[in-house]
Amino acid sequence: MSMGMVYALVGAAVAVLFAGMGSSIGVGTAGQAASGVVSQDPGKFGKVLIMQLLPGTQGIYGLLVGFITLSKIGLLGGGAADLSPETGLMILAACLPVGLVGLVSGIHQGKTSAAAIGIIAKKPEQFGKAMLFPAMVETYAILSLLISILAVSAIQV
Amino acid sequence: MAVLKMQRISLCGLNRDRKAILERLQELGMVEINFRKKDIIKGLKKQDTTDQKNDFEKRAQKADQALEILNRYAPEKTSLLDSLAGKPLIEREKYRETVGRQDEYLDAVNKILELEKQISESRSEAAKYQNQIEMLQPWMSLDVPMDITGTRQTRVLLGTITGQAAEEHIRTVLKEQKQPIENVLVQTIAVDKDQTCLAVICMKKDCEAVEDVLRGLGFTKPSIQTSRIPQEEEKCLYDEIRMCEERQEAYRNEIIDLADLRADIKLISDYYRMMAGRYEVLGQLPQTKNTFALSGYVPERVAEAIRQEIMEKYTADVRIEELDEKENAPVLLKNNKFSESVEGVVASFGLPKKGEFDPTLIMSFFYVFFFGLMLSDAAYGAIISIGCAFALLKFPRMDAGLRKSIKMFFWCGLSTVFWGVMFGGYFGDVVTVVGRTFFGKEITVDALWFIPLNDPMKMLMFSLLFGLIHLFTGLALKGYMMLKDKDIVGFISDVVSWFLFLIGLILILLPTSLFYSISQMEFDFGPGLQMAAKVMAVVGAVIILVMSGRRKKKKIGIRLALGVYDLYNITGWLSDVLSYSRLLALGLATGVIAQVVNQMGSMVGKSVFGVIFFIVVFIVGHILNMGINVLGAYVHTNRLQFVEFFGKFYEGGGKPFEPFMAKTKYVDIQEEK
Repeated sequence: MSMGMVYALVGAAVAVLFAGMGSSIGVGTAGQAASGVVSQDPGKFGKVLIMQLLPGTQGIYGLLVGFITLSKIGLLGGGAADLSPETGLMILAACLPVGLVGLVSGIHQGKTSAAAIGIIAKKPEQFGKAMLFPAMVETYAILSLLISILAVSAIQV
Repeated sequence: MAVLKMQRISLCGLNRDRKAILERLQELGMVEINFRKKDIIKGLKKQDTTDQKNDFEKRAQKADQALEILNRYAPEKTSLLDSLAGKPLIEREKYRETVGRQDEYLDAVNKILELEKQISESRSEAAKYQNQIEMLQPWMSLDVPMDITGTRQTRVLLGTITGQAAEEHIRTVLKEQKQPIENVLVQTIAVDKDQTCLAVICMKKDCEAVEDVLRGLGFTKPSIQTSRIPQEEEKCLYDEIRMCEERQEAYRNEIIDLADLRADIKLISDYYRMMAGRYEVLGQLPQTKNTFALSGYVPERVAEAIRQEIMEKYTADVRIEELDEKENAPVLLKNNKFSESVEGVVASFGLPKKGEFDPTLIMSFFYVFFFGLMLSDAAYGAIISIGCAFALLKFPRMDAGLRKSIKMFFWCGLSTVFWGVMFGGYFGDVVTVVGRTFFGKEITVDALWFIPLNDPMKMLMFSLLFGLIHLFTGLALKGYMMLKDKDIVGFISDVVSWFLFLIGLILILLPTSLFYSISQMEFDFGPGLQMAAKVMAVVGAVIILVMSGRRKKKKIGIRLALGVYDLYNITGWLSDVLSYSRLLALGLATGVIAQVVNQMGSMVGKSVFGVIFFIVVFIVGHILNMGINVLGAYVHTNRLQFVEFFGKFYEGGGKPFEPFMAKTKYVDIQEEK
């Protein structure tokens, strides 16, 4: 197995690892707030559950990039590609945006979600607006996802 | 497609018709009670109805409690789908009859509450006995009654001392007294980790001295007193508990017997709620000895009908007038069957404020379009649409708001099917994977248009193009509103200028090599159009530069500075357009995760177990993927509408129309013919 392959695999791991960590922390933070609300008013379960899930997308974006990377380097369909170390490093670099931005935005989206759950607790009819604040944070995860996808698929293997 | 026009209804009637008129208005649910300051005439009194209102509210609350108790002992069969079913419709006759017999049902309510009270009393009684049994436990081996005092010559002292092995200790202490006390029998009844239970028998003459000594050692009387021997007492207590339980059971059965009245109790609960609402309104009406007055908002399309009906049926004068210019009328939306489904989304952002028009119609098309584009899997879309259609057909009495939301998802599902076919997504690539794994054939499902995963750049370009169309529509709507307000200067300097500037810039950008290197798309405009593009951009920029500071007409310098600042908004446009890249990202997310699921399912390979494994992974995985991506598509479609689209022209902040109506909880009551 070539060194290039190792770098590329590290890239896929970085994407999945950090984005997943960000989402775990975010969903966890939001979940604590959600539990508090449901303990008072179980009727709001549906609404706060949606709020809790919002920071979960970073993990999915990480998975997405990880998967595209794995299929790109041929680890999934058998017949692994022969990568030069340079190409491997390029793939690693391409995976960085979604991993790192996913980590940070996941954490902060979780905090925003927790605050938005506070809105739901007091003014459940403002659901539409409450949902917007966490969605703003997610924009940056989406932008990083975009660059990661474009970069990974642009690299010639 | 519009905000319904409101008018003012003013009504003056006789007090003898008051009840009937209010009842009818509540039934119609089309008038929002509202008094202008100038309508309030000094000297007219308002009736204080707080007591009646509270009384009815309390009764409704009691009925609710009774229903809750009924549900605890005789649960109604419910399923998840019941929440979709809406409130049942009660015929007018039935309603009249039930309300006529309300005392009967109120008695039933009180009886249920009383029985529940008795059950809980009986429960705490049983708990008390249980507690006594526990306290009795250490004394179980005592074979004399616990209130024994002694015999003719002796005294018996029962009690506990903290600590263990106290028997010996007491004997020693008794002997070591100044005047040693003899003839004392100390017997241990039971020892546990905290205390020792003792029976001490002494001669009557020594009694006081012994008691003194014992008290000094911390000897206390048993916490339980009874005239029976402990074993018997325990039996009695168990009997008591059994009796309590029997009583509870009897009460419970009595409550369950009353469960037949559940429907009627629901009805009178709602009746009390309606009465409370009526008294609340009555408290706001100015009255004289024989007349009362009422004023409020009413939608124009029903105003005349209401006026005629009231005038015909009752001795009353009803007038309909146009609203004052400055009046901030409540907002009620009315749209066609398709667009009304997204009214809830608009309302959750904010209803149109005074002077704004209803964006629902235009938004509805973009909403459904973008939702489908983000989910973009034909199979998922079909599942959503079929599920929603089923719910809509099965539950015709569904709550109106919920009905609209489900309709919205029905349309969004159809749009998802469309985009799924365009992009070749049917549970991701399940056909290909199943063909390869289980049948050994390579089947490819062709996309009608192209597969975004294979050509993400192309998809990105189209996402941004759709976004640009969305944003330009928003800007055009702003222009439309300005024209409607006859603000021609504003229209040219805030709308036309930006159109010129942006379109000019785009036309300059398209033929460049930079754009070609990004998108692999070549445009050749020829020198004429290129020149025109430059002119457009420059003219637009100049208008913005000069005009955007026009409202602060102080110094030319400040005005130009404001213009420069406004030109900087071009970065805002850039980020708005880039924001639409989420169309690509979310679309890819659905497809890729679906592929991951399929791939995982096919890992075991071609065997019986492999097929079972595939089916399990397929079902669980796709349900999960669908759930999370429907959520994502919903959230981000909303965001694109709220932030990017509404940001261009719409503020919201109108107050919703809150008519005086029957706010029922359990049933709907059929309208009078």
